[in-house]
Amino acid sequence: MTGSILNLVTVFVLAGFLGFEVISKVPSILHTPLMSGTNAIHGVILVGAIIVTGTAHGTTQLSLGFATIVLATLNVVGGFVVTDRMLEMFKSRSKQLTESGAPGQSQPSGPKGEDA
Amino acid sequence: MSLRTGIDVAYLVAAICFIIALRFLSSPKTARLGNLIGAAGMTLALAMTFATPGLTHFPLIVVAMVVGAVIGVPAARLVKMTAMPQMVAMFNGVGGGAAALVSLTEFSRDAGQHVAIYVIVEVLLGVIIGCVSFAGSAVSFAKLQELITGRPITYPGQQIVNAILGVVVLAFAGAVLATSSTLALVILLLLALVLGVAFVLPIGGADVPVLISLLNSFTGLAVAASGFVLHSTVLVVAGTLVGASGALLTRMMSLAMGRSLTNILFSAFGAVVTASGSTEGSGGGSVRAGTPEDIGVLLAYSRKVAIVPGYGLAVAQAQHVARELADTLTARGVEVYYAIHPVAGRMPGHMNVLLAEANVPYEQLEEMDDANRDMPTTDAALVVGANDVVNPAAKDSPGSPIYGMPILNVDQAANVIFLKRSMRPGFAGIDNQLLYDPKTTMLFGDAKDMLNQLVAAVRAA
Repeated sequence: MTGSILNLVTVFVLAGFLGFEVISKVPSILHTPLMSGTNAIHGVILVGAIIVTGTAHGTTQLSLGFATIVLATLNVVGGFVVTDRMLEMFKSRSKQLTESGAPGQSQPSGPKGEDA
Repeated sequence: MSLRTGIDVAYLVAAICFIIALRFLSSPKTARLGNLIGAAGMTLALAMTFATPGLTHFPLIVVAMVVGAVIGVPAARLVKMTAMPQMVAMFNGVGGGAAALVSLTEFSRDAGQHVAIYVIVEVLLGVIIGCVSFAGSAVSFAKLQELITGRPITYPGQQIVNAILGVVVLAFAGAVLATSSTLALVILLLLALVLGVAFVLPIGGADVPVLISLLNSFTGLAVAASGFVLHSTVLVVAGTLVGASGALLTRMMSLAMGRSLTNILFSAFGAVVTASGSTEGSGGGSVRAGTPEDIGVLLAYSRKVAIVPGYGLAVAQAQHVARELADTLTARGVEVYYAIHPVAGRMPGHMNVLLAEANVPYEQLEEMDDANRDMPTTDAALVVGANDVVNPAAKDSPGSPIYGMPILNVDQAANVIFLKRSMRPGFAGIDNQLLYDPKTTMLFGDAKDMLNQLVAAVRAA
């Protein structure tokens, strides 16, 4: 048991350093989408929720597990969908570019999904 | 390869997906792909979890997931773009709540048996951090949704009450450590919820996005703590990644607002600080300074950009590079126009002459009335070396020497960027409140030099 906790602490420390290094110089326009994206990633707690519920005994544990899975699923699904919607403006821009083809001509307001 | 090994390999792949997702989300070109990669990793991890040996109650699990998805997808799909921050707060909060419940449920299972001290510590961290995040996010949601006032909520003796609350939480944490009692843990959970509310109440509406980022980081740590309890490497990796990158992001966001994090979190506690905050507008208020990279990305992904030239453009002889920036943006599909104020510069028509010398296409030049018609639909107004001709004091402060002068209404654009050498007022010597506006970003430096850097930043974006 001591060995396995030490392994987890090792993973924890390394992941901590990696988390600091992996995002660097984020333009401010991406701050909110990045926050939302990391929000979706911690929805991985759903994995834990499924394991806890799948091994639960008794009504209390099962009800707790049920509630946990509902909350965690909201986190995962909502997180990724909201992030994708925020990032739609970046996609529509590149699509508009390939459609317009000729640079140097100002386009009338192109096809846009959302009001940013 | 045994099933157990297969599952672990899948978790490893998922962890790699999460790391790539974070990296890609940091750049506008790859951000959308990054989010999809994250979602793919998540799907893989979830699918393989169902193969875990010894799991039962599958119908219950699937029903719970369907319930979550049926609520979550429409909520995320239908919400207005302006309501996005509170949606992030909500989805973050439920994640924190889930992390706390996972730790609690796992602990209640082992209740009565001998539990190692470090396991209890892991459970405590998961429950406390998760609950603070849950309750804090709920209050943030209410503030942003304007269910409660967005102003800082303070009352006399708030610091003392919060200190007592903190001590009580610590006392119950000690009690759980000593007795391994589930009841004590449940009381602690409720106290942690109260702590989360108390932590967030004094923070004002404008600072809430930074707060949500901090709570997001908290949830990551709560998930990591649950990972320790369950001996799940993927939870520890993903939770810690979010905890660390979220902390860094929180710092970046508060820096972008020109504030320190401690200032944001605790400024409302001292009445003195609040008082000086309310008088902020009258002179030495806080100004947001940006980098050419930030502004470059903002311009590159705008639909409509106004360039507002002034005397500073003439002094720096920056008309050619201003045109280069406009051309680079136009080539990307951005609609660019020059908003020309009749008395910008030191003589009437100064700007027209200057821009004509740089061969700016005539149809991109807009006189004041036309430009003001376009301003409300403009995403970014780039003010290059102009000041008085965009000073809203001309419209709204009757005492001002320039009151009544027609101006370019750049304050109606979604974002305003001032390219200036310093905070010095313009020719008329009048302070410009627009410089202190939250939607204004300052770019300090020589106009020509800064425009050159902007051109490079737009090309790189």
